[in-house]
Amino acid sequence: MEKHITLPLTEELAQTLHAGDRVYLTGTIYTSRDAGHKRMCEALARGEKLPFDPKDATIYYVGPTPAKPGQVIGSAGPTTSGRMDAYAPTMMSVGARGMIGKGARLPEVVEAMKQYSGVYFGAIGGAGALLAKCIKRCELIAYEDLGAEALRKLYVEDMPLFVIIDSQGNNLYESGRAEYLRKRDELT
Amino acid sequence: MREINVSQITDVVERLCIEANTRLPGDVKCAIEACRGREDGEIARGVLDNIIENYQIADAENVPICQDTGMACVFLEIGQDVHLVGGDLRTAVDEGVRRGYDKGYLRKSVVRDPIRRGNTGDNTPAMLYTEIVPGEQVKITVGPKGFGSENMSAIRMFKPSAGLQGIKDFILETVETAGPNPCPPMVVGVGIGGTFDKAALLAKKAIMRPLGTHHPDPFYAALEDEMLEKINALGIGPQGFGGRTTAIGLNIETLPTHIAGMPCAINISCHVTRHKTEVL
Repeated sequence: MEKHITLPLTEELAQTLHAGDRVYLTGTIYTSRDAGHKRMCEALARGEKLPFDPKDATIYYVGPTPAKPGQVIGSAGPTTSGRMDAYAPTMMSVGARGMIGKGARLPEVVEAMKQYSGVYFGAIGGAGALLAKCIKRCELIAYEDLGAEALRKLYVEDMPLFVIIDSQGNNLYESGRAEYLRKRDELT
Repeated sequence: MREINVSQITDVVERLCIEANTRLPGDVKCAIEACRGREDGEIARGVLDNIIENYQIADAENVPICQDTGMACVFLEIGQDVHLVGGDLRTAVDEGVRRGYDKGYLRKSVVRDPIRRGNTGDNTPAMLYTEIVPGEQVKITVGPKGFGSENMSAIRMFKPSAGLQGIKDFILETVETAGPNPCPPMVVGVGIGGTFDKAALLAKKAIMRPLGTHHPDPFYAALEDEMLEKINALGIGPQGFGGRTTAIGLNIETLPTHIAGMPCAINISCHVTRHKTEVL
């Protein structure tokens, strides 16, 4: 099903999204990869605040290429989400609900998603030039020394995504493949 | 004897880093478009359409196809009648990578230490391979390699008794384990034989061989076709969302090996399998 949604990703909104939905996302999101997540989780462990308000926030796992003159941002496709699995439950426990990336997640991440009504969106891996088109504003907010891995605040319009895992734990990687194989076997 | 100044190699490496990262090779585009024509699922077709649109944007606007502009794998085939002058070859290659990644607005994705990390800031050092060949030319190939797919690669030292079936099972197991992580549809490079290290290098060379070409030995050429078909019967599909297209190509490279062994390495690459070659 095709859905146009506007952030923040409240619990109510999260529960309307289902694995397999084609979503066009508009609103403010934050970028972070493993090095940034490690710092954020260390900051939380010390009782410090995060560089952004995590409540109902969506984090995009991306390390963009540098912007050329006149560009908002360089190419900006998703990185492999599994590297953030160690940190994702902690991030959800402080309110961050949405994750944008690609690739499989560990069962403990899915359990945390069910507990906190999290949603895992997939952006098309390797489509960095296309995805950059929907990023309208980009602001560096923390960890500048990490270069491509620094924390950025982005404003995106109609970012094309798929719901891979929904807040009930349904998983497009499993259902999409099973559906394809079922249809193929019916034909043969 | 022909003299070539290493500064010429710097210039070519610089140019190839940028071109390889912004222009997908024609054979890879053809393979993706052919697979798009064969998909019937709505999601799978939509994903492949977006992938095609993406490399068209990269072509039109001279921007990187993917934000992971990779580690710069540089292969030099140096004619034995060439005398390189004007400086140190390794320094010249790294300077080409440094300039290419700076001028091309490419991402700097290299850390100076594997455990203690720390970005080198200029994407150096290059992963440099040199080979001495007959003649008086220098053939330079740059293949930027992203790590979403590199991380899903595998190597195994088989007993010879594992035979052909062992290799087949290993290929399918590696692709199955990779699943959605390496940005399918993927390119699968298989290196069989040699030593531990040579098998891995063969697998890397296999992903750089044009798609649609075959191993010269009909036995391995048939194995390439058979394994590509078996991989695409797994149903993983574009991005892992289910579908016919899990891989757009599978190339095998082989070498003689020891009586006691059968090394097999599998290098997984993504739909943005990039490489560009120039001859000096």
